[in-house]
Amino acid sequence: MNAAAAPEESAIRRPVPDGQAWRDTILYLDGVSVSFDGFKALNNLSLVIEEGELRCVIGPNGAGKTTMMDVITGKTRPDQGEVFFDGETDLTKLTEPEIAHAGIGRKFQRPTVFENHTVFENLELALKTDKSVWHSLFARLSSEQYGRIAETLALINLTGQAHKRAGLLSHGQKQWLEIGMLLMQQPKLLLVDEPVAGMTEEETERTGELLQGLAGAHSIVVVEHDMKFVSRIAHKVTVLHEGRVLAEGPMEKVQNDERVIEVYLGR
Amino acid sequence: MRRVMELYGTQGWLTLGGAALLFMVIIPLLNLALPPEHVFHVPDHIVALMGKIMCYAIVALAMDLIWGYTGILSLGHGLFFALGGYAMGMYLMRAIGREGMYGSDLPDFMVFLDWKELPWYWLGSDHFGFALLLVILAPGLLALVFGYFAFRSRVKGVYFAIITQALTFAFMLLFFRNETGFGGNNGFTDFKRILGFPLANPSTKVALFITTAFTLLAVLLLCRFIVCSKLGRVLTAIRDAESRLMFSGYDPLHYKLFVWTLSAVLCGIAGALYVPQVGIINPSEMSPANSIEIAVWVALGGRGSLAGAILGAGLVNGAKSWLTVAFPDIWLYFLGLLFILTTLFIPKGVIGLIGQLRGRPK
Amino acid sequence: MTAVKFAKHQRCLASILLVLLTGKAWALDAASLNTLAAGEVNKKIAVVEQLVNAGDAAALPVLEALSTGTLYTTETGAVVIVTPAAALDALTGKPAAVEPLEKISINNRLRQHLNTAIAALRLAAPDRALRLAAAMELQKSAGDALLPLIERRLQQEQDAEIKSLLRNVQANLRLRAPERELRLQAVKDLARNPSNHIKSLLLARIENGADGKPAEPDAEVRQAIHSAVAAIDRELKKVEYLSHLFSGLSLGSILLLAALGLAITFGLMGIINMAHGELLMIGAYATYVVQILFKHYWPGAFDGYLLAAVPVSFITAALVGMALERSVIRHLYGRPLETLLATWGISLLLIQTVRVMFGAQNVAVDNPSWMSGAWTVTPGLVLPYNRIAIIFFALFVVALVWVLLNRTRLGLYLRAVTQNRNMAACMGIPTPKVDLLAFGLGSGIAGLGGCALSQIGNVGPELGQSYIVDSFMVVVLGGVGQLAGTIVAALGLGEINKFLEPYAGAVLGKIIILVMIIIFIQKRPQGLFALKGRSAES
Repeated sequence: MNAAAAPEESAIRRPVPDGQAWRDTILYLDGVSVSFDGFKALNNLSLVIEEGELRCVIGPNGAGKTTMMDVITGKTRPDQGEVFFDGETDLTKLTEPEIAHAGIGRKFQRPTVFENHTVFENLELALKTDKSVWHSLFARLSSEQYGRIAETLALINLTGQAHKRAGLLSHGQKQWLEIGMLLMQQPKLLLVDEPVAGMTEEETERTGELLQGLAGAHSIVVVEHDMKFVSRIAHKVTVLHEGRVLAEGPMEKVQNDERVIEVYLGR
Repeated sequence: MRRVMELYGTQGWLTLGGAALLFMVIIPLLNLALPPEHVFHVPDHIVALMGKIMCYAIVALAMDLIWGYTGILSLGHGLFFALGGYAMGMYLMRAIGREGMYGSDLPDFMVFLDWKELPWYWLGSDHFGFALLLVILAPGLLALVFGYFAFRSRVKGVYFAIITQALTFAFMLLFFRNETGFGGNNGFTDFKRILGFPLANPSTKVALFITTAFTLLAVLLLCRFIVCSKLGRVLTAIRDAESRLMFSGYDPLHYKLFVWTLSAVLCGIAGALYVPQVGIINPSEMSPANSIEIAVWVALGGRGSLAGAILGAGLVNGAKSWLTVAFPDIWLYFLGLLFILTTLFIPKGVIGLIGQLRGRPK
Repeated sequence: MTAVKFAKHQRCLASILLVLLTGKAWALDAASLNTLAAGEVNKKIAVVEQLVNAGDAAALPVLEALSTGTLYTTETGAVVIVTPAAALDALTGKPAAVEPLEKISINNRLRQHLNTAIAALRLAAPDRALRLAAAMELQKSAGDALLPLIERRLQQEQDAEIKSLLRNVQANLRLRAPERELRLQAVKDLARNPSNHIKSLLLARIENGADGKPAEPDAEVRQAIHSAVAAIDRELKKVEYLSHLFSGLSLGSILLLAALGLAITFGLMGIINMAHGELLMIGAYATYVVQILFKHYWPGAFDGYLLAAVPVSFITAALVGMALERSVIRHLYGRPLETLLATWGISLLLIQTVRVMFGAQNVAVDNPSWMSGAWTVTPGLVLPYNRIAIIFFALFVVALVWVLLNRTRLGLYLRAVTQNRNMAACMGIPTPKVDLLAFGLGSGIAGLGGCALSQIGNVGPELGQSYIVDSFMVVVLGGVGQLAGTIVAALGLGEINKFLEPYAGAVLGKIIILVMIIIFIQKRPQGLFALKGRSAES
């Protein structure tokens, strides 16, 4: 019954400039506001991420970066505004697991892995498959799934640690494991919060390569403080300030923006 | 079937088989076949005590599943245990027939309250099969409904613990009332027979003992199956990093609800086995103190270890039955210190301690 | 017990008799006495009425003797009153030498008249208790003929309570007066003094009797009665409402006292202290010990013992709490579920220790005399002094906590530590010491709660167990870390409880409230006064 009404309704609500641009858009935020006890964490934020894009989001503390991630992944509901994913999907109506199923993976600011499980089990849990209770009770890995886990292990350079408890990994290894877990979900969009925090120079470089290699097949949004890292990987940068977009564009352009220098880069 | 065989290694299965043989064959034989003065005779009260402890062991397994593996501390498991017990007790009350004090079709306490007919919720309680159904449904449905609302609104940790405590407290008050129709303060007692067999007969007692042992074994294997499956890994993942799991596409609500309800049903079954062996069920089983004691069995034995849960139930209750008789004043000190020392010094329980002594990191 | 009391009463009565018989002029004549002794019932009643109407106080002993069955005839035909000491001549009051022969028996009809007559005459008694009892008796039984006597007594009576009772009787009698104006006036008077008794009196006047007609003939008066009854109903409702409100406030302040300490240890510090109830219990026992010491060494100052008990219970509970924090709880910071279990263990230890020291039975804690008794606002609204005192005490403790948290260095440190422990430590705040003192403070407040609880309920080793669930409910409901929330939650729970009780009964009311709280927490897991935001959720 709703199916008939829904397209019409969304057609009215969604301001699409032209069909072509819409088809290429993976994530679309418009006029999103969130407030906590009067404090506006997000203030009329609008953002468009295109398919296959690698976007870096920067901004000082309290600019609303993490809240933005929370809104996209369903952890926080916006007071106002629309959040659409992959054309049709209204993210404000879905729960966190449903959003994960729709194809959004998220890496937390602090590396969060299942510390009491082995690296292999961590990837197994993240594996894209039926995630219902009954299925889990009787699930066994197929050889194809084994293959995918092995592939990912190699990609994140943890093949040798496959049966080590994840809690025993180094900080950088945990970051990679978490990225590996995102990949196991086969998401269309990856949200990566501070992927290189606490990494050595060499690890940082590898992570940059990893993310750049993933762009194209996936859309990626990276929130990062490390300017060197951002300028190395980013094609396009969005600067958030006080819950809204302050500037957007290529790194060089943003770096030279007066306002950006004032609030963030200027120091 | 292959997966069942994989649950334990050869040594594990041998231990389990040995224990099954001991509890289902040898002890019953030593109790029934040997004369009381024989050296190897197992006295009745020991059989009764072991039967009781096996019921507690089932509860401990259920608690371990929800607390040890999933990280959700329930302070209301005594309630589910008691509900199972009451469901069985209703059948046992009806099975008394007209042999009660007042010679009425109604249970004695109803005659005493001057009730003329059975309340509607007693209908069907004279059928054993229906009683078994109720043993599962009563705790199961309550847990399902309560769990749905609690987990859906993401009540966690100590808040969940406190709410479950309030829940069992509320039910205790409810069951204390005569008007509730479950015998008020006194609950149910003076049972005569089960399925036609007199409960006072030694053979009936031993049959109940064997049934309990068998159920314990089955519950252990079921729990083992669950914790060894991917489901088990999801449960520990809920315990360790719930938000990560959510963003990996699992809905923790369903998993929590499943294991919570299963855990409640297992408690109900344990309660149903407990009541005919002990011969009484009353609202004090629902007191918050009883429920919290279950947690200390598991904590002492070792959270996140099924063997630990059984061991803990055995150790604490064995000590309890000895101390409350030998040194009644000491018992509460002992229990209190157990709570404190276990949480302070052996967070992994006795099983963890044994593992450490063997030098095997667990 | 009752037998002893009765005998005492008799002796007392006898001495009054002696005084009356010997001291006063004698108005009762031989003829009426003879009628009382031997006449037929109707004549006896006539004599009784006559004596009352004359207001002859001297007749009282004889009537009393007749009523209690101590009036005898002798062989000579004289009438004597038999007291435990001697037989007295009913006419002269002098000791009679003759043996009493036969008890003068009475029937029920006569007994009723006698009771009324005795009550009417006793209205002049010097003893207030006797007059009060008499006025009460007359509420039920006064007849029309007594009106002049009662109006006389009304003018002489000084005591307010007796006066108001007499006024009721007077108005009731006037309701039956032949003059319409008098009846109207009576209705007005009655409406000014609302009670269920008056209401039923008025209703009786307008209900249809056996002949199908109301007792009140005049339509206008009936109308006045109708509106008077309605006014009384409104008034009674108001009184009932007020008394619920008061008992709700009283329960709320008790819950508040029980939960305030927890609001600090659990609410602010995040420590799940299941032994909180036992800290209440310790406060109550500390009060008990202080009371015993006062009784023993300083009985003259007994009424002041509470003043000493308040600081003693605070300090005792605070010391116990600080010992717990140092020995156990400190090692479990950041592990709330373990803290829960360990503190439960502590509570078992404390209960058992108190049992060993003081016995498993409840101990008696007496109220000081200024706290016993009650304030009668209206006959339907009686406020016990100890409840009133507890409400004020709760106010005092709330003020104390507020000042400590908001106006002292400890409070400042505590708030800093609870907001950001690491940052506070970096600023040079000695966090372990703050934890210790704050936990001590919370425990001490619990001790104060226990001191208050000892004044209204039983004190026994299990005292704390009955408050622990309630206390946690209050703090959780109020919202963790919110003092105002705790206060609102405690008073709200108290009021809801008391307003539910008449409909659902005490136990069911409690269950309903628990269920309501459970549902409420589903809706708002952060409590009434929730902090919203990123940090509050993680």
